[in-house]
Amino acid sequence: MEYFLQQLINGVTLGSIYGLIAIGYTMVYGIIGMINFAHGDVFMVGAFIALIMFLALFAVGLTAVPLALLLVLLVAMMFTALYGWTVERFAYRPLRGSFRLAPLISAIGMSILLQNYIQIVQGARVKPLPPVVTGGYRLWENDSFVVQISNIQIIIVMITVALMLAFSWLVGQTRLGRDMRACEQDLKMASLVGVDTGRTISLTFVIGAALASVAGVMFLLYYGVIDFFIGFIAGVKAFTAAVLGGIGSLPGAMLGGLLIGLIETFWSAYFSSEYKDVAAFSVLILVLIFMPTGILGRPEVEKV
Amino acid sequence: MKSPLLSVRGVKTFYGNIMALGGVDLEVFEGEIVTLIGANGAGKSTLMMTICGTPQAREGQILFDGRDITRIPTHEIARARIAQSPEGRRIFPRMTVFENLQLGAAITDFEFFAQDLRRVFAMFPILEQRRDQRGGTLSGGEQQMLAIARALMSRPRLLLLDEPSLGLAPLLVQSIFNAIRELNEKEKLTIFLVEQNAHHALKLAHRGYVLVNGEITMQGTGAELLNKPEVREAYLEGTTRHQ
Repeated sequence: MEYFLQQLINGVTLGSIYGLIAIGYTMVYGIIGMINFAHGDVFMVGAFIALIMFLALFAVGLTAVPLALLLVLLVAMMFTALYGWTVERFAYRPLRGSFRLAPLISAIGMSILLQNYIQIVQGARVKPLPPVVTGGYRLWENDSFVVQISNIQIIIVMITVALMLAFSWLVGQTRLGRDMRACEQDLKMASLVGVDTGRTISLTFVIGAALASVAGVMFLLYYGVIDFFIGFIAGVKAFTAAVLGGIGSLPGAMLGGLLIGLIETFWSAYFSSEYKDVAAFSVLILVLIFMPTGILGRPEVEKV
Repeated sequence: MKSPLLSVRGVKTFYGNIMALGGVDLEVFEGEIVTLIGANGAGKSTLMMTICGTPQAREGQILFDGRDITRIPTHEIARARIAQSPEGRRIFPRMTVFENLQLGAAITDFEFFAQDLRRVFAMFPILEQRRDQRGGTLSGGEQQMLAIARALMSRPRLLLLDEPSLGLAPLLVQSIFNAIRELNEKEKLTIFLVEQNAHHALKLAHRGYVLVNGEITMQGTGAELLNKPEVREAYLEGTTRHQ
């Protein structure tokens, strides 16, 4: 029981990170019907920007953790959003209206480009960050086992919940959100009523990248090491989460992220941690076979 | 003579290498109802979409109020105050009636919104009852009214209506056509109407054009076209007999 509770806490934390990345996949798919395979690498770039920022702040002697964290989050979101915008502007937009596979291939190219770029400028070795957020709480204790929740886990879950609430509000209640949903449901009609679809698509990439960068910051704080390859595995898992929840559905991406985090954690805890990726990807295959629209996805017929 | 509000000059539109419009010329003057009739596949909807810049004309020129709009993006054309109720209605299916109308008002100042909303609800009271229902769950007639209402929310100077009678019950067709006439007579709205229901359309319109295989073959006042034997034979036989 104690062991289960501990894994639940760990799984929710990991699921939060996946969920934030998954939102970027699902939004872009919803609006232009393509899988942005470079999204995982945008997340990785976010983590590197965060690492550089942390080290720079420590170097100038700023050690107040909440302030440093806030600054890093803001800067990482800004710069990563710029990456997201650039990728869309130069790698995808020129291919709009081209055949369906073209932007997909371009996305894979951007993924490789970002990985290699970081590998060259930052080196191939793993980069450590000294622990920034330490400490935690003991929730439960008996003779053999201690259930604890660390401060960083609390921060991750809290920031994720706050961002998801803010994002749901943005999509559901604001003008930009309405424009985004209009583009998602009928791109041509959206332009006919006067929505600047190019700008709306750009902003979708910008917001998706900003959320991924927050996931990057939290990944860095949680694991303490990053390298140029983290975007691939995390990206594919978040993509799995988006498909599991129903690609195109925002609540689906959040739910899918949580589920993948939990599946992976429990699999590692009760079976074998070597095969945790197998567990996550088996879910992807099973979902694609038996539930292609995902848990909260819509059947494609409604799109007509 | 006044210069036309909309003027289409020698417009050619292609889908890939297939020519859909082969040099169309037509004009719509302020305050007019002009109709374009033609068979299925003649290029009527293509012309409507070409006016809105999606797809853009490959050759020729489209002027709106003297301004060349041939090469400007679709959302800019909408902001020039050309509104379209397109073929197939294209209601945003997973948005409420209210949100669809909000999107219709995407280009107008917010101060007009409440007033415009009252106006379209007065015109189509059923939409007020359906206000919080999703667009995709409305009946065909209700969707058609919503499509027209959404277009009106942008305070258009030119309203493009693509087959507003398609798939509707005769009684509903009559009420849609009455609404169109009222918009023109009371609010002096300029309307360009595409119809397969040639009889209704020609009776309603001041002037009409006949489109065959992407080219204009005839034009004249509504009454003139109604009485032309070629028009009667091609577009009215069968429809008049039942009415």
